[in-house]
Amino acid sequence: MSDDAERRTLSVLVENEPGVLARVIGLFSGRGYNIESLTVAEVEHDKRLSRINLVTSGSAMVIEQIKAQLDRLVPIHKVSDLGSEGPYIERELALIKVVATGEKRVESLRIADIFRAHVVDSEIDSFVFEMTGKGTKIDAFIRLMTPLGLTEISRTGVVAITRGKESI
Amino acid sequence: MTTDAEDHAPAELTGAELVVRTLVDLGVDVVFGYPGGAVLPIYDAIFKQNELRHILVRHEQGAVHAAEGYARSTGKVGTVLVTSGPGATNSVTGLTDALMDSIPVVCLTGQVPTHMIGNDAFQEADTVGITRPCTKHNYLIKEVDNLCQVIREAYYIASAGRPGPVVVDLPKDVVMAKAPYVPECAAPGNGLEHRSYRPQRAPDADAVKRTVELLTRAKRPLFYAGGGVINAGPDAAQSLAALVQRTGYPITNTLMGLGCYPGSDPLFLGMLGMHGTYEANMAMAECDLMIAVGARFDDRVTGRLADFSRGSTKVQIDIDPSSINKNVPVDVAMVGDAGLALDAILAEWEASGAEPSAQVAAWWRQIDKWRGRDCLRYKNSSNTIKPQYALQRLYEATKGRDSYFTTEVGQHQMWAAQFLKFEEPNRWMTSGGLGTMGYGFPAAMGVQVAHPDSLVIDIAGEASLLMTIQELSTMVQYRLPVKTFLLNNEYMGMVRQWQEFFHGGRYAESYMDSLPDFVKLAESFGATGLRARRPEEVDGVIEAMIETPGPVIADILVDKEENVYPMIPAGAAHYEMKLGPEHGELEERSEDGMVLV
Repeated sequence: MSDDAERRTLSVLVENEPGVLARVIGLFSGRGYNIESLTVAEVEHDKRLSRINLVTSGSAMVIEQIKAQLDRLVPIHKVSDLGSEGPYIERELALIKVVATGEKRVESLRIADIFRAHVVDSEIDSFVFEMTGKGTKIDAFIRLMTPLGLTEISRTGVVAITRGKESI
Repeated sequence: MTTDAEDHAPAELTGAELVVRTLVDLGVDVVFGYPGGAVLPIYDAIFKQNELRHILVRHEQGAVHAAEGYARSTGKVGTVLVTSGPGATNSVTGLTDALMDSIPVVCLTGQVPTHMIGNDAFQEADTVGITRPCTKHNYLIKEVDNLCQVIREAYYIASAGRPGPVVVDLPKDVVMAKAPYVPECAAPGNGLEHRSYRPQRAPDADAVKRTVELLTRAKRPLFYAGGGVINAGPDAAQSLAALVQRTGYPITNTLMGLGCYPGSDPLFLGMLGMHGTYEANMAMAECDLMIAVGARFDDRVTGRLADFSRGSTKVQIDIDPSSINKNVPVDVAMVGDAGLALDAILAEWEASGAEPSAQVAAWWRQIDKWRGRDCLRYKNSSNTIKPQYALQRLYEATKGRDSYFTTEVGQHQMWAAQFLKFEEPNRWMTSGGLGTMGYGFPAAMGVQVAHPDSLVIDIAGEASLLMTIQELSTMVQYRLPVKTFLLNNEYMGMVRQWQEFFHGGRYAESYMDSLPDFVKLAESFGATGLRARRPEEVDGVIEAMIETPGPVIADILVDKEENVYPMIPAGAAHYEMKLGPEHGELEERSEDGMVLV
């Protein structure tokens, strides 16, 4: 990331049809833009709409280009730059496996409690924790779990929505 | 006995018949194509009717370029039909060319039957995957029921907003299945709004107001107009001329924009850019107000970005929001159709009682000084045909005639842009963005199909021409009297020029050894070949070329080592332009230039 680069979260409403994700990803790879995180799922079945949440970074000029380039893809309905439209909430979900026994196992459970992570799978020598939160919170949790026997991480990437009554 | 319902049930047609029917309904009169296994049902449907004409090309790349020539010279969408696998992959260069130059083309590709997709079937290729980055949009039709709607939508997408190529992939089982034919089926472009693609056409009123204010206050204004004006239609070119002439301000065109403003008008400064005129480039460097219309600040136009027209306030009119602020930040962005925007500016100009800025007289005096350098001057020869001389004679012989010009890519293309003048839009077809050698010959074929009685000339180089020479067979078959004006220097001239300037004169692989005898080559196809070796033969050969019926290749043997000047050294600024040996200004021979593209 260059000095003047800024991180942006974009929410993109797209037609739920084959190939639409490939168009978005192809645009980013073809034009050399960054993708830090990308999530996609159908959000309105009746209207055939999916939502892509995309975290990217670049200079202000590059961010403007990314938005304009996305917007001119035919199956894209709307591109929203969440940061520029007021406050918004970002969340991520992670499943984290810790293999440990004895004191380390107890310690992992204690930290999980502090972070409000849930135990979703438990064996005599392992836990799978589920936690949601900002990416930075999940990063911190992973950092603390690493010396305790962390063996596997699965993260969803960022989903985001604006605060207040306005919708994108 | 039949029931009422049966009487009124729409006729069932095969997908192939529906394709042909829909094309005819859309007003398509000609399709450029090449048959193959996956599209045989469509060819069968074409065989059984007389409304849609098919031109059999000799290579699918030629079909797309022909459709581009057809589209560029008529303002209509060009249509291509090719088979699956290699048919589709061969069309990729043409599609990319159309994407870069914003040419509306619909390419129908055959595909293996849906149940075989993904099985590596014979002549299977992932056509929508391969063409996704080189089309404006593409479709794979899996149900015959929405075939008509998708084809109609494809034509809408190809021509709406910033035009471009669209691929419709048609699996063989879909074109063999039957479905009811609904005349005038509702689709985007035909009574339905597109769900997501609705480009803004009307300009923002505040931006229009601000532009007029800037125009009245400017001391050194300049219009910079590109291919977008031509895409906006002949009315947009008229609107541009009306505004420019109302203000009396100077105008320059990009390579793609030539013809959008009358080339012989005194307000016209010629083409700008790497091989543009000195006056156009200096005016870009020194102007205090730049009005960009349908032009995208390409690197061949801007030179070194950091020093690009630093003192100017910039207004940019473009129908594609992604073209605005892409390379050069602008002060006033106006998203919309070029014609509507120019009309709105002129209307606001008149409504506000605006008058041209009084200080422009001094600006014109400066421009006339630059013009006085006579930057296109070259040293003529009485022994060797100079390519510039040949083009000047061609221009004189065709001036005022109903003529169309296409070009290949390289030195001859730049000389043609410098020495031909276009008074109207849609008369000049060239590969600007992609720089596709081999474009001009099949493009001329498409132009001639659209304008059978007009004079259509491909200005060619011998290296480019050999890339798509097989289309001579098509021209002979359909009696398309395309005239090829071949500036033959036995080199890939522009490659050689760059090797001379930037690679120490090491002419690696740029010499075309073992060239064919182009006269005999033309004759072997059943066309006519002519040759000029000396300057005094040029006029006679031009006349014979124009007067001889049928396709003609005129092999003009020109100076082998002539360079294109003036030249903005790649990566330099406009004001660092070199005028050439006639002016005692040579391009610096330096291997620093190697890194440039």
